Amino acid sequence: MLNDLDRKVIQCLQEDLPVVKEPFKEIAKNLKVDEERLLTKINGYIKEGIIRRFGATLNHRLLGFKANALVVWRVPKERIQAIGSLMASINEVSHCYERATTSCWNYNLFTMIHARSKRVCEGIIRDISEKIKIKDYKIIYSIKEFKKSPMKYWTTFE
Amino acid sequence: MDEIDKRILIETQINFPLCKRPFKVLADRFGITEEEVLCKIRRLKRKGFIRRISPSFDSRRLGFVSTLIAMKVPKEKIEDVANIVNRYDGVTHNYERQYEYNLWFTLISESNERLEEIINGIKEKTGIDQILNLPSLRVFKIDVNLIL
Repeated sequence: MLNDLDRKVIQCLQEDLPVVKEPFKEIAKNLKVDEERLLTKINGYIKEGIIRRFGATLNHRLLGFKANALVVWRVPKERIQAIGSLMASINEVSHCYERATTSCWNYNLFTMIHARSKRVCEGIIRDISEKIKIKDYKIIYSIKEFKKSPMKYWTTFE
Repeated sequence: MDEIDKRILIETQINFPLCKRPFKVLADRFGITEEEVLCKIRRLKRKGFIRRISPSFDSRRLGFVSTLIAMKVPKEKIEDVANIVNRYDGVTHNYERQYEYNLWFTLISESNERLEEIINGIKEKTGIDQILNLPSLRVFKIDVNLIL
């Protein structure tokens, strides 16, 4: 279970990591905890799965990825695990989630695929489709970013 | 951008060192100095290539609930609807997409009740009721791009 210190640590970690020689020392100072203790906490969160990934988030579009597609696939339940793992191993796939379906929505596996052009993107998608032998999918390109901001746990709700 | 910049973009996404001198460890991997790594990363951030360096939390493990919402919005109303949606703090990503469901956003909240409340609020304020609520069941990969 998370205690008050964990909450405080997590609140501080949601801020962008300072690009200085000892970034965790700064955070530890703000938290009034020992740097060692903070690092132990962070590595513990990763081990426990509370932190899924600690690292940089990139701007795909600025990096030249003009074609950013949400591709949704209709995958039989029993194949989800295998196909999800395979998707995760493909470099062009940045995200892969299984999601709930509804009476008006049958697609259960969601991937984000990035490429320099739609032509390249659709080539990658065709290759994946052949590899997993699933033809029922939809390509949903992003047109405009209205918002992309990290979640601020607790701070926003208080 | 040079080869080391590209390696920095890859390493900082998937192998960011969680130790006292992370940038020193990165520098050793690339065979350059800590100062050079700091300089390069600051530049990559200034140019906007790196949005931020931070953890991605599993919202469920923190006691929160999250979902992906898709809405069918008349083209001429898309900006207005997007603005209404953006006002909610729990909305972290919001994109116009080329599809019949043309507005897609992720929503994180402290409870399912609050989530429902927000969705109903959005329906009321926008007059749009063609909304899909698609919570995730399993995560296989989260925001990693290694083709640079």
